[in-house]
Amino acid sequence: MAHKSPVSTMSHRAVPFWRDVRVIRILSQIAFAILVAVVAGLLYSNMKRGLETRGLGGSFDFLRLEAGFQIGEGITYDPSDSYARAFLVGVVNTLRVTIVGIALATILGVVMGVARLSTNWLVNKIATVYVELTRNTPLLVQLFVWYFAIILKLPRVRESIALPGSIFISNRGAALPWPVPTASFRPWLYGLIGAMTVAVALWIVRTRGERRTGRPAFNMLWIGAAFVALAILDWFVVPGAPLGLDKPSLQGWNYQGGLTLTPEFVAMLLGLVMYTGAFIAEVVRAGIQAVPRGQIEAARAVGLNETQTLRLVIFPQALRVIVPPLTSQYLNLAKNSSLAIAIGFPDLFNVAGTIFNQTGRAVQVIVMIMVSYLIMSLFTSLLMNLYNRRVQLVER
Amino acid sequence: MATISETVRPPRTSVGVLGWLKENLFSTWYNALLTFGSLGLIYVVLRGIITWALTGARWDVVTTNLTLFLIGPFPRDQVWRVWACVIVVILLGGLSLVAWGPLGRRFKTARRWVVIGWLLSFPLTIVLLHGFGGNSVLPAVGTSYWGGLLLTFLLAIVGIVASFPLGVLLALGRRSGLPVVRWFCTLYIELIRGVPLVTVLFMAAIMLPLFLPEGVRVDKVLRAMVGFTLFTAAYIAENVRGGLAAVPLGQYEAARAVGLSGVQVMALIVLPQALRAVIPPIVGQFISLFKDTSLVVIIGLLDLLNIAKSVVAQPQFMGLKREVYLFVAVIYFIFSYAMSYASRRLEVALGVGER
Repeated sequence: MAHKSPVSTMSHRAVPFWRDVRVIRILSQIAFAILVAVVAGLLYSNMKRGLETRGLGGSFDFLRLEAGFQIGEGITYDPSDSYARAFLVGVVNTLRVTIVGIALATILGVVMGVARLSTNWLVNKIATVYVELTRNTPLLVQLFVWYFAIILKLPRVRESIALPGSIFISNRGAALPWPVPTASFRPWLYGLIGAMTVAVALWIVRTRGERRTGRPAFNMLWIGAAFVALAILDWFVVPGAPLGLDKPSLQGWNYQGGLTLTPEFVAMLLGLVMYTGAFIAEVVRAGIQAVPRGQIEAARAVGLNETQTLRLVIFPQALRVIVPPLTSQYLNLAKNSSLAIAIGFPDLFNVAGTIFNQTGRAVQVIVMIMVSYLIMSLFTSLLMNLYNRRVQLVER
Repeated sequence: MATISETVRPPRTSVGVLGWLKENLFSTWYNALLTFGSLGLIYVVLRGIITWALTGARWDVVTTNLTLFLIGPFPRDQVWRVWACVIVVILLGGLSLVAWGPLGRRFKTARRWVVIGWLLSFPLTIVLLHGFGGNSVLPAVGTSYWGGLLLTFLLAIVGIVASFPLGVLLALGRRSGLPVVRWFCTLYIELIRGVPLVTVLFMAAIMLPLFLPEGVRVDKVLRAMVGFTLFTAAYIAENVRGGLAAVPLGQYEAARAVGLSGVQVMALIVLPQALRAVIPPIVGQFISLFKDTSLVVIIGLLDLLNIAKSVVAQPQFMGLKREVYLFVAVIYFIFSYAMSYASRRLEVALGVGER
């Protein structure tokens, strides 16, 4: 808002320096900087004195000390490892629940967002009830309901509920079958990469054909079919099955083999996915509704069928509206994973809290937590902004 | 010539109940499939919930502890003070409904008094609840006795009221022409928005005593309020910034042209327009703050959710977690849904985006 009035340029000398806009600007900035510096200095000196009276320094050396506490789950860790390692376990747990959560919440959100626009009255109302119920109750209460009122009330391991496909659910979490690579996994993987290459090549050829002839070529159908056919062929060509299914079985007090999920992880995931899914559903709905009706009518008029209208006209335009708010929902999910402390899932905030309780290094622990979350937030928004730029480029 | 009575009536399958069913539930084969799937889902879920709620659940845990849920450990002989606050709020709410309702045009001057009443009600409530030490009319009730739904509301209201001016200042700072001010405000807003609320609360609970000079003690509830204020201010600032961006540049220029000073332009021309545009998002912020107050469980305040936790641990109601947490969820739902409904009505009444 640079403001240059003709008066100040014409009779410059007549203006005393304390009324000169440029001088005022610089002086007020200096005054603001000094004010901030004084307040910060005051707080800093208070903090330093406070830390000294408690006998705590500002260094991060304590991270090398032995942690000595148990962590329920995550990458390999032993209580004799250092605090730094314990913190890393927490960070990996946070990433685990965040990444899986984002993927599942996106699927749920898109399904529910489309369901809210469904012409089927019943589907529409179910989606509305889901969205209103989850959006209007605190996530923490939902986590409590999932964890204390549902998962911990499930039958004990010995009476666990068996679902079709060797899935077992009990108050000790869930056990699912999980594929494990066998000896022939590697050759199969190479074959898979080959199939991928063929599919991509086919896609390029078909796209060119579509551009040349102007006739829709169903690219996705072609490359999907080619890929699946080659992958199935590959499965039978290599000696023996490349992936064995490791099924969980009850041994002693818990399930062995397969993939076992702790009740804390399951509750965390359910809570985050259900909560964020409702917000994503609203984002998706708003995005689809933002596409003008004329676009759909025009697409029909030029002879596109329903799928083509959705794929080529509605979706690209809706995506432009959806991506920015979707990014902030992803960021919210990542930040909300810090509520894990309330149900005892060892995420980074929970582990850092334990470290603080043991060492009392408030300042360092808070710096570590904040920097971790800031890096995560920055990284997510960087990725989503890159994607956003690609989506927005379509605009003319 | 066909008279009206001879006109062909629509087929029975396209009007009435059958028509509705066909159009809304069985329009295509996949819609019919979806309908049957949804019916199955509704049946399973509702049957489970209703049989449990009517036969298995022990609702006496809620009825016995109702007062505890509402006001926490607030001294029972001082409950009239809470009621007085509730009555003041209900009265003001009723007056606002009248003043801004369909007959509101006649009460233009009354609107100002209602606004002043709202402004005064805030300190009045705090004084009424907290009281003063050493008298018999209003004996002091320390913040550690505030709890339940009362504390939940107090935290949310104090948070939004205190963060509003700070948020407006930050928004103005972020749009300021002075680089130093702009950088500082941007840094603050982005830093706070990049970290979870729990870390800010944790910081307020642990770091605040460190930052203050020796001898100054701040109680736990106040620390949480400071945390909520610092956190919400960053979000309010972004809302207000959106409103500021929506004010046309011509408004600034016109205000300058009639000779208003920089401060006057902001206070009399730009801010009133910007703030009116951001009332709905700020109400939304208040609703999310209301829900977020449940996080004080983590720093150990006795809000609604923490009271629920302690009720679940009562020996005679051991393990009745479903009943208690569902009850709490319903309370939160009722208030947030009512507020978001009111905010949607407000949005229509203000005509935001229509002018």
